[in-house]
Amino acid sequence: MSNREENRLESPAQARYRRLRRRRERWIQLSRCGILLAFLLLWEGLARFGVIDAFLLSSPTRMAQTLVELTRSGEIWPHLWTTLSETLLGFALGAGLGILLAIALWWSPLLTRILDPYLVVLNALPKIALGPVLIVWIGAGMPAIIAMSLLISGIVMLVTVLNGFLAVEMEKRTLLRAFGASKLQEFTMVVFPGALVSTVSALKLCVGMTWVGVIVGEFLVSRAGLGYLIVYGGQVFQLDLVMAGTAVLCLLAALMYLGVAHLEKRLLARRG
Amino acid sequence: MTDQPLLAFDHVSMCYHDDSGETEVLSDFSLRLMPGEFVALLGPSGCGKSTALSLAAGLLRPDSGRVTLRGQEILRPPQHCGYMLQRDHLFPWLTVRQNAALGLRVRQKRLSARQKAHIEELLAACNLTEFADAYPAQLSGGMRQRAALVRTLSVEPDFVLLDEPFSALDAQTRLRLSDEVRQQLRGCATLLVTHDVSEAISMADRVVVLTRRPARICAEHAIDLPGLPLERRRDPRFREEFDRIWKELDVHEQ
Repeated sequence: MSNREENRLESPAQARYRRLRRRRERWIQLSRCGILLAFLLLWEGLARFGVIDAFLLSSPTRMAQTLVELTRSGEIWPHLWTTLSETLLGFALGAGLGILLAIALWWSPLLTRILDPYLVVLNALPKIALGPVLIVWIGAGMPAIIAMSLLISGIVMLVTVLNGFLAVEMEKRTLLRAFGASKLQEFTMVVFPGALVSTVSALKLCVGMTWVGVIVGEFLVSRAGLGYLIVYGGQVFQLDLVMAGTAVLCLLAALMYLGVAHLEKRLLARRG
Repeated sequence: MTDQPLLAFDHVSMCYHDDSGETEVLSDFSLRLMPGEFVALLGPSGCGKSTALSLAAGLLRPDSGRVTLRGQEILRPPQHCGYMLQRDHLFPWLTVRQNAALGLRVRQKRLSARQKAHIEELLAACNLTEFADAYPAQLSGGMRQRAALVRTLSVEPDFVLLDEPFSALDAQTRLRLSDEVRQQLRGCATLLVTHDVSEAISMADRVVVLTRRPARICAEHAIDLPGLPLERRRDPRFREEFDRIWKELDVHEQ
């Protein structure tokens, strides 16, 4: 406590430490941007000088051109909206159902024991293999895509969150029980808050998994969406379209991840 | 000793079961805790002392025999029971003040003004007022265990169960804290579990020596030393008591 107050009058050594710290941070930011820039420049250069075939591998300028055209014609928006809504819905359902099922399994250790082999298999199974089944059952459309992303993200969510619940110290729960807490109170007062850190990191995992599910789903069945755009571009040998679609996807996924990271910061800010 | 005991174990036996078989932890165990009395259960590690506390806290039911609170059998965790464990188990996402109110919050959504005032008094008595809004991670080990003590006392317990509450602390903090805890618990019936002979003698009115598992009572000593633990440790008779009990433990170890 008193340490922090003394630090208001900063010693030269402390000032030097902070200066080095700031310089390091700047260097990190600069390097990050530099890597992207170098990559784009190298790609562009190789394409210009004919080292690589720009028709097969596209180039940053061609990609940018395609993006501008797509935006100007307005063609990009329906695709973007389709993919985004599928992803948000898939994420909400995957995270929500994953957490609800994790609570149910935490509640009943017997159920957990009984279902354990099924969870292991479902977790290990490449869910993409279920694609054809989903299409036949649900039909080739948005519901099948959401079901695919739900399968991929929901199970990861369930397993990670459940492990977080089970990792909360037994003695903390004993303490609460000695105060006369009910099972519901045990959950709301110690298990859920105790596992909040792992639940939030499961959410981060879930974002990535949802994107995988949605794009794979679109590859398989869709008539719209960024995944469709990418597959279509590949089929008609328009690699500019593939690269443009991928770039937009990168941006969206990064934004969504940042959103969850922000949520994490806010949820965990009040902890010492 | 004609008046009714507060807490009583009557011929209690208790076994644990697992795949490797049955383990008897308590065998025909009888003990009485009178109102205001401080009793220490002293025995080797893993002898079943903690099980006795879990029974008193209503977390376990005995296989045979009865555990009673004012003559009533304990079937669920009793309302006014304070339980302090080896480690503080403060919740890191709550402030010291919120941690202190935990036991009350289990039973009611809002605290009464009187309860709030009581918590502030306890925090002040434990020198924690300044840290009431701090999170446990910002406190030292001794301060954390003091916060756990406030949490234990905030439910205004009829009796307190202490399960080696100092064993995770460094030697100096342990001595200072045992003094503080003893002072705060003055007049409150307490059952302390420990394997530390001097801790038992310095704190308790009565020391009950247990055998190896399954725990049976092998001796009882009334400790007639005045004052708080640190004072008691300086008393010349402290040594005598210590040697007496040490020998007894030795006999049963073999």
